[in-house]
Order: sequence, then C-alpha cells, then structure tokens
Amino acid sequence: MKLRVNPIACTGHGVCAELLPELIEPDPWGYPLLADAPVPADLLDLAKRAVAACPTLALLTDDSLVAPPVRRGGRHASRA
Amino acid sequence: MNIDMHGPGLWYATRATGLVALLMLTASVLLGLLTAGRFSGERWPRFLTQGLHRNVSLLVLVFLALHVGTTVIDTYTSIPLTAAFVPFASTYKTGWLALGAVACDLLIALVVTSLLRDRLGYLVWRRLHWLAYACWPVAVAHGLGTGTDRSATWVLALTLCCIGGVGVVAAWRIVVGIGAQ
Amino acid sequence: MNNAVAIARRGVPRLLAGLSYHHPTDLAEHQRIYGPLPAVGRRFIDVVDASGLTGRGGAGFPTGRKMRSVAVGRGGKVVVANGCEGEPASSKDRLLLTRLPHLVFDGIVTAATAVGAKDAYLCVHEHETYLLERLDCAVAERADPVRITVACVPGRYVASEQSSLVQYLTGGPAKPTYSPPRPHESGVRGRPTLVNNVETLAHLALIARYGDRWFRSAGLLAAPGSMLATVSGAVCRPGVYEIEAGTPIGEAVGSAGGPAEPLQALLVGGYFGAWLPADVACPVPMTHAGLKAVGGALGAGMVIALPASSCLLAETARVVRYLAGETAGQCGPCVFGLPALAEAMAGLAYHGGRGRVLGQLARLLPLVERRGACRHPDGVTQLIRSALRTAAADARRHDQAGPCRGMLREPLLPLPGDA
Repeated sequence: MKLRVNPIACTGHGVCAELLPELIEPDPWGYPLLADAPVPADLLDLAKRAVAACPTLALLTDDSLVAPPVRRGGRHASRA
Repeated sequence: MNIDMHGPGLWYATRATGLVALLMLTASVLLGLLTAGRFSGERWPRFLTQGLHRNVSLLVLVFLALHVGTTVIDTYTSIPLTAAFVPFASTYKTGWLALGAVACDLLIALVVTSLLRDRLGYLVWRRLHWLAYACWPVAVAHGLGTGTDRSATWVLALTLCCIGGVGVVAAWRIVVGIGAQ
Repeated sequence: MNNAVAIARRGVPRLLAGLSYHHPTDLAEHQRIYGPLPAVGRRFIDVVDASGLTGRGGAGFPTGRKMRSVAVGRGGKVVVANGCEGEPASSKDRLLLTRLPHLVFDGIVTAATAVGAKDAYLCVHEHETYLLERLDCAVAERADPVRITVACVPGRYVASEQSSLVQYLTGGPAKPTYSPPRPHESGVRGRPTLVNNVETLAHLALIARYGDRWFRSAGLLAAPGSMLATVSGAVCRPGVYEIEAGTPIGEAVGSAGGPAEPLQALLVGGYFGAWLPADVACPVPMTHAGLKAVGGALGAGMVIALPASSCLLAETARVVRYLAGETAGQCGPCVFGLPALAEAMAGLAYHGGRGRVLGQLARLLPLVERRGACRHPDGVTQLIRSALRTAAADARRHDQAGPCRGMLREPLLPLPGDA
C-alpha cells in the first residue's frame, strides 16, 4: 500500500506528520512530504489511522475510493 | 433487588447525566473549534485535539443514552421514549423537551455523518458538520429550561462557564481564521 | 490537378496549405483546397492509431489511444477542443482558429463521430474578442451533425489545463482538479470526454480525407506527420511555421529566417519547456523523445531564440514571477513555493546572490516539483533547472559577484500585459 496526498484538499493541518513521522515530514510551509516507498508492514495500522485522522480527507491510500471533487477558493493558512 | 421506579433516585440520575452530557458536549465543541483553528502547543500535538474531539463526542452519546433512559424509566413524569427524538411528543414541559429532542437528533446526525465521512466526501461532511453550531445552543437551552434546579446557583454558574468558554474559543477561532486569509 | 491531390502528394505545408495572408479561409474555399470532409465511423480510430498522430498541445499522448479510451466509456460522450493557448509564446492555435477555422471544426466533427459524441465544445479565452468574432462567422457557415458550442473560458494560465476545462464546462471554477478520475472516464458532467488541442483536431481533419499512410509520409517513423512551430525571439522572421516532425531545431530556426544576431540559447517548448544552449539545440530533432534525451521538452512546439547579449537568468526570473502569480491557489507547495522561487531567481538575476541563492534554489526546487495537482509547478521547476544548467557559469558569477549587463536589455520573452 502506498500513501498519496490530494494536494487540493490538503490545507497543511499536519496531523498526518504527527501520527506517522517515520513516513511523513512537514515542509517549511506545513504541507506533507511523503516518503516514496510503500508503507512497511509494521506501520500499516498507523498509516490507516493517519488516513482516517486527516481533517480534510486529503491523505489517501492508492486503493482509496475517490471522494467527490473539492471545489473551494484556495484558502491557505500561512504557516510559521 | 427492586429498582425504585419513582422517587428522587432516578430524578437525580436524570439531572446528573444531563449535566454531564452538556459538559461533555461543551468540551466537544471546544475541541472541535480548536481542531479547526489548528491549535497546538509544545506538548499538545494536533492529533490529540482531534482524537479527543472524536472520543468525547462518542462519550456524549453514552451519557445522552443514560439521560434519556433514566428519564423514560422514571414513572413520575411518564415521558415516552419517542419524546427523545420527536419534538413535542411529550406532555410534560412540551417546549423545553422538544429542544432536547432536536439537540439529540442533531447530535446523532453529526456522529453518523462523521463516521461515514469518507463515503460522503469532505465537502458534504463539512457542510453538515455546521449543524454542531445549532446542536450545542439548543442543548444549553434545553438544560436551562427543563432543569428543575436551574435556580441552584452552581448549576447556573456551570452553564454560564460553558457558554463563556465556547464564546472565548469561538472568538479565537474566528480571529485565527481571518488571520489565515 | 486539384488542390486536394496536391496536398496529398507533398510534404509540407499540409495544414497551412489553405492559409491566406489576406483573409480567413471561408467554407467554400476550404472545401475547394482540402476537398470535402468524408463521414467517419468508429473504425476511424484504427486509422488514427495507424497514423501515429500524437497530441499537439504539449503532452504528446497518442491520439488514437485517447480516442479509443473515450469511445469505450459508458454514456454520452463529449469532445472538448482546447483552443485556449495559455502559453504567451505560442500563436499556432490562434492562427488556426482565426485563419483556418474550418479545419478545426472538421476535426471536431470527425473526432466526435468517431467516438460517438453528439456534443462538442470549442474552448477559447473570453477576452479574445477578435477570435470569437471569427469563430462566430465560421460557425454560421456550417451545418454539422454534432452540436458545437464555443465556450468562453477565463483568461488565467491554469484555466486552459485539461482538467480545468472539464471542471469549468461542468459548471465549476476553471481550476485543475486532482485526478483520478481522468476525463476519458469521467469528464464534463461525468461523461467520457475527449480533450484535444485544436491543432491535433486539424490533423484529424486531414487524416480523415487522405488516410494514415499519407500522414506517415512526412516526419519520422517514430514521430510521423507535420507540426506547427512558433518560432520567435531573435530571428529574422518570427511566426508560425509548419514543419515535418523531427526537423532539427536549427532548421526550424532557419525557416524563420535564421538568427537575427548571435544566439546564446533557445527556449524550446515554451514556459513549460526548457532552455538549451544554442550549439546543443541546433541538431536536436523536434520530437518529444529527441528533446527529452537532451534534458529538454517539446511542449507545443515553441522555439524562442535568445541572443548572446541578453541575460538568460533575468529573462527566466521575469517569466517565473509571472507564472508564480498564475497559480490556481489550490495547492500549498505551489502557492508558497512558486513565489519563493520567484524571489530567489529575482535575487540571483537582478541583485546577485551573495553566495547563497544557488543553495536556496537547490533546496526549494525538490519541495515544489510534483507536489501540485497539475503540472504548473513542475513546468516552473523544469524551466529554472534548465536555466541554471544552460547558464551555469553565469549563474555562479551572478551568485558570487552580482548581476550582468544583460539585464539592461529590453526583455525578450513575451508575457500577457506587455505593451
């Protein structure tokens, strides 16, 4: 299973990086940098939890159902 | 052992579980506001706020069930079970109980839609979740109107604290939201 | 020998055979020059496959494969012709739509009947009033079995991206969406949608008339047919030229009259393409594979010639600043990363880097590439990387010592809003 992020839905909450620091790192603006490799077996549960915890449902696995398109006017919190 | 179907025991239980449910609901609203406002501290990660919000909301359901259950069993006021979900189905304090039914329905809707969030899609879920801002004040009003000991100072004080707390955190949330534009 | 037969026999021009510099080609003249448009069915997709036609909008995807994936979809199909031409340095689509609109309309009808679509849209930016007038005139002359609607799209750079058009036509904003699903599965209002550049459709109009073997008689085995190249910059006769696919870049520059002054580099593929040093670029064939092999990109066939006296970094910094302002505003890494890159490039080009900017750019570039929903940020990073590679010595000098005299020269690369 591989993780991917819907960059339009993602607003940089950073919950995923807190739950899965082994695979997800925040960039200087708060958005997730995902490791390219597939999720190792021992982190699978944690990865599923991170996907469920994403406040905007932006973190996805590569067999996720595709949610209906998110249409919004580009609001982004400026991250320190 | 006989459970006393009438008398102060159940009545205390109803009031107590109602008050606790209101406190938990207030906590849930506060945590929800903090999640949306991306609150985090040095020792307080965001997933904690969010995880607590979910778990506390589920706890509210538990206390709500106890609150409804004790009310219905209590033969002193013969309130039918339907009154918990259908407004105006009770003859006792019809108006105030109706508010309780509305709050209960809204809460169930909020929890169910949140559990089915990935089927609904983010945008639909987000719009429905705004109902939380209707659910909480209705629950507070129900508590003030129905509660037979609202004249007790400590209950009033507690309710005012809840209202104050939500007011402060909601203001923080709005300011943070404007700042992020 | 009538004109249609003449076209069928020679190399180029093909699309531009009916081009008149005095007036747009009307329907009667169009049919006289190219011949009548034959009706096609589903089997035409096999012909397109055999012809080897690839998309002329920049991505170079095999057109037959795209058409087939739409044709096998479920439900009513839609064809979208992309005539927006968001790239400021490209004029080929504009040329086709103003001068040879009937080629494009023929292509739309052909594509629609082949995939089974009854609805088609021709997308053009809403501020192009002259273009819209010409299209209205052309539509008035025609009676097609397919309903073609000319759609006016907002004039932003990202609005002409494939998924933006699909979302806009479905009633949403003209901004890219995150795929899956792709347009051929679920596009305009959920229906399988074929999105093609107007030049690609114009080629279809001729393949329908003359066949796949005729199409393959020009160009290379791996990259058949002809293409429209927009050559501009420091050349004697900037303009749109029809060349065989695979023509070396130097020859394409030659058809535009050759360099007007000694050249330092060429920007191939537009602002989502890449810089190449002039001596490296000249022998490279104009194909997707050929350019990729030297670290470049064909894009939609634009070639801009940069003279030796200009500052490549200053030109690039200017374009990056423009592109940073053209994000859709949807994805954090693009919204924050592109302005940061623009800032760094401007520092390098105009103020000198104080020894730090090259390191900054090296850290920023991987944070921006491939992290958006569309290829906008990738285009910018590719442009910057190629600039730093092509003008590597200049970049080091700028970083250590300061800007060069080249930035005093009038900017060459066109941007919207220039006088």
